Amino acid sequence: MADTPASLVSGYAAEASKTQPGFIPSAQRGQEFFTKEWGVSKKMPDCTVCHGKNLKVDGKHVVTDKRIDPFSPEVNKERFTSLKKVEKWFNRNCTEVVGRECTAAEKADFIQFVSKGV
Amino acid sequence: MKFITANFSALGYLAIFLSIFSCSVVYAEGGKLSALNNPKWKEECGSCHTAYPPRLLTAENWQRLMEGLNKHFGANAVLDTKDNKEILDFLQRNAGSGINHSASSLRISNTPWFAREHREISNTTWSNPLVKSRSNCIACHVNAERGDWSEHDIRIPGVKKRDDD
Repeated sequence: MADTPASLVSGYAAEASKTQPGFIPSAQRGQEFFTKEWGVSKKMPDCTVCHGKNLKVDGKHVVTDKRIDPFSPEVNKERFTSLKKVEKWFNRNCTEVVGRECTAAEKADFIQFVSKGV
Repeated sequence: MKFITANFSALGYLAIFLSIFSCSVVYAEGGKLSALNNPKWKEECGSCHTAYPPRLLTAENWQRLMEGLNKHFGANAVLDTKDNKEILDFLQRNAGSGINHSASSLRISNTPWFAREHREISNTTWSNPLVKSRSNCIACHVNAERGDWSEHDIRIPGVKKRDDD
Protein backbone atom coordinates (compact mmCIF):
# COMPACT_ATOMS: atom_id res chain seq x y z
CA MET A 1 0.00 0.00 0.00
CA ALA A 2 2.96 2.24 -0.42
CA ASP A 3 1.70 3.75 -3.67
CA THR A 4 -0.11 7.06 -4.03
CA PRO A 5 -2.03 8.57 -6.94
CA ALA A 6 0.92 10.90 -7.59
CA SER A 7 3.50 8.11 -7.52
CA LEU A 8 1.42 6.03 -9.90
CA VAL A 9 0.99 8.95 -12.32
CA SER A 10 4.73 9.59 -12.35
CA GLY A 11 5.52 5.90 -12.77
CA TYR A 12 3.21 5.56 -15.76
CA ALA A 13 4.40 8.91 -17.16
CA ALA A 14 8.03 7.75 -16.97
CA GLU A 15 7.10 4.60 -18.86
CA ALA A 16 5.13 6.59 -21.43
CA SER A 17 7.99 8.98 -22.06
CA LYS A 18 10.13 6.09 -23.29
CA THR A 19 8.01 5.96 -26.42
CA GLN A 20 6.71 9.54 -26.32
CA PRO A 21 9.64 11.77 -25.29
CA GLY A 22 8.46 14.78 -23.26
CA PHE A 23 5.16 13.11 -22.29
CA ILE A 24 3.20 15.14 -19.73
CA PRO A 25 0.09 13.64 -18.08
CA SER A 26 -3.13 15.41 -19.03
CA ALA A 27 -6.29 15.37 -16.93
CA GLN A 28 -8.17 16.64 -19.97
CA ARG A 29 -7.17 13.60 -22.03
CA GLY A 30 -7.96 11.42 -19.01
CA GLN A 31 -11.47 12.81 -18.87
CA GLU A 32 -12.00 12.20 -22.58
CA PHE A 33 -10.81 8.63 -22.07
CA PHE A 34 -13.18 8.18 -19.11
CA THR A 35 -16.28 9.37 -20.96
CA LYS A 36 -15.47 8.00 -24.40
CA GLU A 37 -17.90 5.46 -25.80
CA TRP A 38 -15.70 2.66 -27.01
CA GLY A 39 -18.55 0.56 -28.33
CA VAL A 40 -16.64 -2.69 -27.79
CA SER A 41 -18.76 -4.21 -25.05
CA LYS A 42 -22.54 -4.02 -25.38
CA LYS A 43 -23.16 -3.94 -21.67
CA MET A 44 -20.16 -1.80 -20.84
CA PRO A 45 -19.67 0.70 -23.67
CA ASP A 46 -17.80 3.17 -21.45
CA CYS A 47 -16.35 3.60 -17.97
CA THR A 48 -19.29 5.61 -16.65
CA VAL A 49 -21.89 2.84 -16.96
CA CYS A 50 -20.42 1.32 -13.81
CA HIS A 51 -18.43 4.15 -12.24
CA GLY A 52 -20.99 6.93 -12.86
CA LYS A 53 -20.20 10.44 -13.99
CA ASN A 54 -19.72 11.86 -10.50
CA LEU A 55 -16.40 10.55 -9.26
CA LYS A 56 -17.17 11.38 -5.65
CA VAL A 57 -20.15 9.12 -5.20
CA ASP A 58 -20.61 5.34 -5.35
CA GLY A 59 -20.86 3.61 -8.68
CA LYS A 60 -22.92 0.53 -9.42
CA HIS A 61 -21.91 -2.52 -11.44
CA VAL A 62 -24.14 -2.46 -14.51
CA VAL A 63 -24.64 -6.23 -14.60
CA THR A 64 -24.79 -7.25 -10.94
CA ASP A 65 -25.84 -3.97 -9.29
CA LYS A 66 -22.98 -4.33 -6.82
CA ARG A 67 -21.98 -1.05 -5.22
CA ILE A 68 -18.59 0.31 -6.33
CA ASP A 69 -16.62 2.62 -4.06
CA PRO A 70 -16.21 6.20 -5.34
CA PHE A 71 -13.44 6.74 -7.85
CA SER A 72 -12.07 9.92 -6.38
CA PRO A 73 -9.20 9.46 -3.89
CA GLU A 74 -10.46 12.63 -2.23
CA VAL A 75 -13.40 10.71 -0.79
CA ASN A 76 -12.03 7.17 -1.12
CA LYS A 77 -8.64 7.05 0.54
CA GLU A 78 -7.92 3.53 -0.66
CA ARG A 79 -8.17 4.45 -4.33
CA PHE A 80 -4.85 4.30 -6.22
CA THR A 81 -2.79 3.08 -3.27
CA SER A 82 -1.66 -0.24 -4.72
CA LEU A 83 0.03 -0.62 -8.11
CA LYS A 84 -0.90 -4.29 -8.14
CA LYS A 85 -4.57 -3.52 -7.69
CA VAL A 86 -4.51 -0.67 -10.21
CA GLU A 87 -2.83 -2.93 -12.78
CA LYS A 88 -5.35 -5.68 -12.15
CA TRP A 89 -8.29 -3.37 -12.85
CA PHE A 90 -6.70 -1.65 -15.85
CA ASN A 91 -5.99 -5.06 -17.31
CA ARG A 92 -9.52 -6.33 -16.80
CA ASN A 93 -11.44 -3.20 -17.66
CA CYS A 94 -9.33 -2.04 -20.58
CA THR A 95 -9.59 -5.38 -22.36
CA GLU A 96 -13.28 -5.43 -21.65
CA VAL A 97 -14.33 -1.84 -22.33
CA VAL A 98 -11.59 -0.48 -24.58
CA GLY A 99 -11.03 -3.79 -26.32
CA ARG A 100 -7.26 -3.83 -25.78
CA GLU A 101 -4.71 -3.16 -23.05
CA CYS A 102 -4.33 0.49 -22.13
CA THR A 103 -1.05 2.29 -22.73
CA ALA A 104 1.06 3.75 -19.94
CA ALA A 105 0.18 7.20 -21.28
CA GLU A 106 -3.55 6.50 -21.01
CA LYS A 107 -3.10 5.21 -17.48
CA ALA A 108 -1.13 8.30 -16.43
CA ASP A 109 -3.74 10.63 -17.97
CA PHE A 110 -6.57 8.71 -16.40
CA ILE A 111 -5.23 8.73 -12.83
CA GLN A 112 -4.29 12.37 -13.25
CA PHE A 113 -7.90 13.14 -14.17
CA VAL A 114 -9.48 11.10 -11.42
CA SER A 115 -7.20 12.37 -8.68
CA LYS A 116 -6.74 15.99 -9.74
CA GLY A 117 -9.77 16.76 -11.88
CA VAL A 118 -9.66 18.97 -14.96
CA MET B 1 -14.39 -49.98 38.92
CA LYS B 2 -16.55 -47.25 40.39
CA PHE B 3 -13.96 -44.73 39.37
CA ILE B 4 -14.00 -45.97 35.77
CA THR B 5 -17.79 -45.86 35.64
CA ALA B 6 -17.82 -42.31 36.93
CA ASN B 7 -15.29 -41.32 34.34
CA PHE B 8 -17.24 -43.02 31.62
CA SER B 9 -20.43 -41.27 32.52
CA ALA B 10 -18.64 -37.93 32.53
CA LEU B 11 -17.44 -38.72 29.02
CA GLY B 12 -20.95 -39.79 28.12
CA TYR B 13 -22.35 -36.46 29.23
CA LEU B 14 -19.64 -34.69 27.31
CA ALA B 15 -20.52 -36.66 24.18
CA ILE B 16 -24.21 -35.82 24.59
CA PHE B 17 -23.41 -32.17 25.16
CA LEU B 18 -21.16 -32.06 22.11
CA SER B 19 -23.71 -33.74 19.88
CA ILE B 20 -26.40 -31.26 20.96
CA PHE B 21 -24.02 -28.39 20.42
CA SER B 22 -22.97 -29.56 16.95
CA CYS B 23 -26.62 -30.08 15.96
CA SER B 24 -27.41 -26.53 16.88
CA VAL B 25 -24.56 -25.36 14.68
CA VAL B 26 -25.77 -27.46 11.76
CA TYR B 27 -29.29 -26.10 12.06
CA ALA B 28 -28.19 -22.49 12.18
CA GLU B 29 -29.07 -22.11 8.50
CA GLY B 30 -27.45 -18.71 8.06
CA GLY B 31 -24.30 -19.94 9.74
CA LYS B 32 -23.88 -22.83 7.34
CA LEU B 33 -23.09 -20.45 4.54
CA SER B 34 -21.27 -17.82 6.48
CA ALA B 35 -18.91 -19.56 8.88
CA LEU B 36 -16.01 -19.37 6.45
CA ASN B 37 -13.85 -16.50 5.54
CA ASN B 38 -10.81 -15.79 3.46
CA PRO B 39 -9.86 -12.14 2.94
CA LYS B 40 -8.67 -12.66 -0.63
CA TRP B 41 -11.83 -14.53 -1.63
CA LYS B 42 -13.94 -11.83 -0.05
CA GLU B 43 -12.08 -8.99 -1.73
CA GLU B 44 -11.59 -10.49 -5.18
CA CYS B 45 -14.89 -12.30 -5.65
CA GLY B 46 -16.77 -9.67 -3.70
CA SER B 47 -15.70 -6.65 -5.72
CA CYS B 48 -18.16 -7.24 -8.59
CA HIS B 49 -20.76 -9.42 -6.88
CA THR B 50 -21.48 -11.04 -3.56
CA ALA B 51 -18.63 -13.37 -2.61
CA TYR B 52 -20.65 -16.53 -3.10
CA PRO B 53 -20.18 -19.18 -0.40
CA PRO B 54 -17.88 -22.03 -1.52
CA ARG B 55 -20.36 -24.78 -0.71
CA LEU B 56 -22.73 -23.58 -3.41
CA LEU B 57 -20.69 -25.28 -6.15
CA THR B 58 -18.66 -28.47 -6.31
CA ALA B 59 -14.86 -28.56 -6.27
CA GLU B 60 -14.85 -29.51 -9.95
CA ASN B 61 -17.14 -26.59 -10.82
CA TRP B 62 -14.93 -24.14 -8.93
CA GLN B 63 -11.88 -25.49 -10.71
CA ARG B 64 -13.42 -24.88 -14.13
CA LEU B 65 -14.74 -21.49 -13.08
CA MET B 66 -11.39 -20.27 -11.76
CA GLU B 67 -9.65 -21.53 -14.91
CA GLY B 68 -11.89 -19.34 -17.04
CA LEU B 69 -11.76 -16.00 -15.26
CA ASN B 70 -10.65 -14.23 -18.43
CA LYS B 71 -14.15 -14.99 -19.72
CA HIS B 72 -16.19 -14.96 -16.56
CA PHE B 73 -19.83 -14.91 -17.68
CA GLY B 74 -18.96 -12.29 -20.26
CA ALA B 75 -16.57 -10.29 -18.07
CA ASN B 76 -12.82 -10.25 -17.71
CA ALA B 77 -12.12 -11.10 -14.08
CA VAL B 78 -8.59 -12.43 -14.44
CA LEU B 79 -6.39 -12.78 -11.35
CA ASP B 80 -2.68 -13.38 -11.01
CA THR B 81 -1.65 -17.02 -10.65
CA LYS B 82 -0.88 -16.84 -6.94
CA ASP B 83 -4.17 -15.18 -5.94
CA ASN B 84 -6.10 -17.49 -8.23
CA LYS B 85 -4.56 -20.54 -6.56
CA GLU B 86 -5.17 -19.27 -3.04
CA ILE B 87 -8.81 -18.58 -3.77
CA LEU B 88 -9.32 -21.85 -5.65
CA ASP B 89 -7.80 -23.78 -2.73
CA PHE B 90 -10.17 -22.05 -0.33
CA LEU B 91 -13.18 -22.70 -2.56
CA GLN B 92 -12.30 -26.35 -3.08
CA ARG B 93 -11.54 -27.01 0.59
CA ASN B 94 -15.03 -25.81 1.43
CA ALA B 95 -16.87 -26.81 -1.72
CA GLY B 96 -20.25 -28.49 -1.86
CA SER B 97 -20.75 -31.93 -3.36
CA GLY B 98 -23.26 -33.84 -5.42
CA ILE B 99 -25.51 -32.87 -8.29
CA ASN B 100 -27.47 -30.46 -6.13
CA HIS B 101 -24.53 -28.11 -6.11
CA SER B 102 -23.36 -28.69 -9.64
CA ALA B 103 -24.24 -26.85 -12.85
CA SER B 104 -22.69 -27.39 -16.27
CA SER B 105 -23.08 -23.64 -16.86
CA LEU B 106 -21.10 -23.02 -13.63
CA ARG B 107 -23.85 -20.63 -12.57
CA ILE B 108 -24.92 -21.16 -8.97
CA SER B 109 -28.38 -20.01 -10.04
CA ASN B 110 -28.59 -23.06 -12.33
CA THR B 111 -27.91 -25.61 -9.61
CA PRO B 112 -30.79 -27.80 -8.39
CA TRP B 113 -30.14 -26.44 -4.89
CA PHE B 114 -30.71 -22.85 -6.01
CA ALA B 115 -33.88 -23.74 -7.90
CA ARG B 116 -35.28 -25.54 -4.88
CA GLU B 117 -34.40 -22.82 -2.40
CA HIS B 118 -35.91 -20.14 -4.63
CA ARG B 119 -38.94 -22.08 -5.91
CA GLU B 120 -41.35 -19.66 -4.25
CA ILE B 121 -39.90 -16.60 -5.95
CA SER B 122 -42.19 -15.29 -8.68
CA ASN B 123 -41.14 -14.12 -12.13
CA THR B 124 -42.39 -10.67 -11.13
CA THR B 125 -39.83 -10.58 -8.36
CA TRP B 126 -37.02 -11.83 -10.57
CA SER B 127 -37.73 -9.13 -13.13
CA ASN B 128 -38.14 -6.38 -10.54
CA PRO B 129 -35.49 -3.71 -11.34
CA LEU B 130 -34.58 -3.69 -7.66
CA VAL B 131 -33.61 -7.36 -7.95
CA LYS B 132 -32.26 -7.16 -11.48
CA SER B 133 -30.17 -10.30 -11.50
CA ARG B 134 -29.97 -13.65 -9.78
CA SER B 135 -26.41 -12.72 -8.92
CA ASN B 136 -27.66 -9.79 -6.85
CA CYS B 137 -28.12 -11.71 -3.60
CA ILE B 138 -28.29 -8.62 -1.39
CA ALA B 139 -31.42 -7.40 -3.17
CA CYS B 140 -33.28 -9.81 -0.87
CA HIS B 141 -30.67 -11.31 1.47
CA VAL B 142 -30.09 -7.90 2.95
CA ASN B 143 -27.29 -8.94 5.30
CA ALA B 144 -25.51 -11.35 2.95
CA GLU B 145 -22.51 -9.06 2.74
CA ARG B 146 -22.03 -9.67 6.44
CA GLY B 147 -22.34 -13.38 5.86
CA ASP B 148 -25.88 -13.58 7.20
CA TRP B 149 -28.12 -15.66 4.95
CA SER B 150 -30.74 -16.49 7.53
CA GLU B 151 -34.36 -16.66 6.35
CA HIS B 152 -35.23 -14.02 8.91
CA ASP B 153 -33.11 -11.52 7.04
CA ILE B 154 -34.85 -11.85 3.70
CA ARG B 155 -36.71 -8.78 2.42
CA ILE B 156 -38.13 -9.27 -1.06
CA PRO B 157 -38.63 -5.98 -2.92
CA GLY B 158 -42.31 -5.46 -3.68
CA VAL B 159 -43.38 -8.33 -1.43
CA LYS B 160 -44.69 -7.79 2.07
CA LYS B 161 -42.67 -9.74 4.58
CA ARG B 162 -44.48 -12.91 5.49
CA ASP B 163 -45.07 -13.35 9.20
CA ASP B 164 -42.91 -16.01 10.71
CA ASP B 165 -44.77 -19.26 11.11
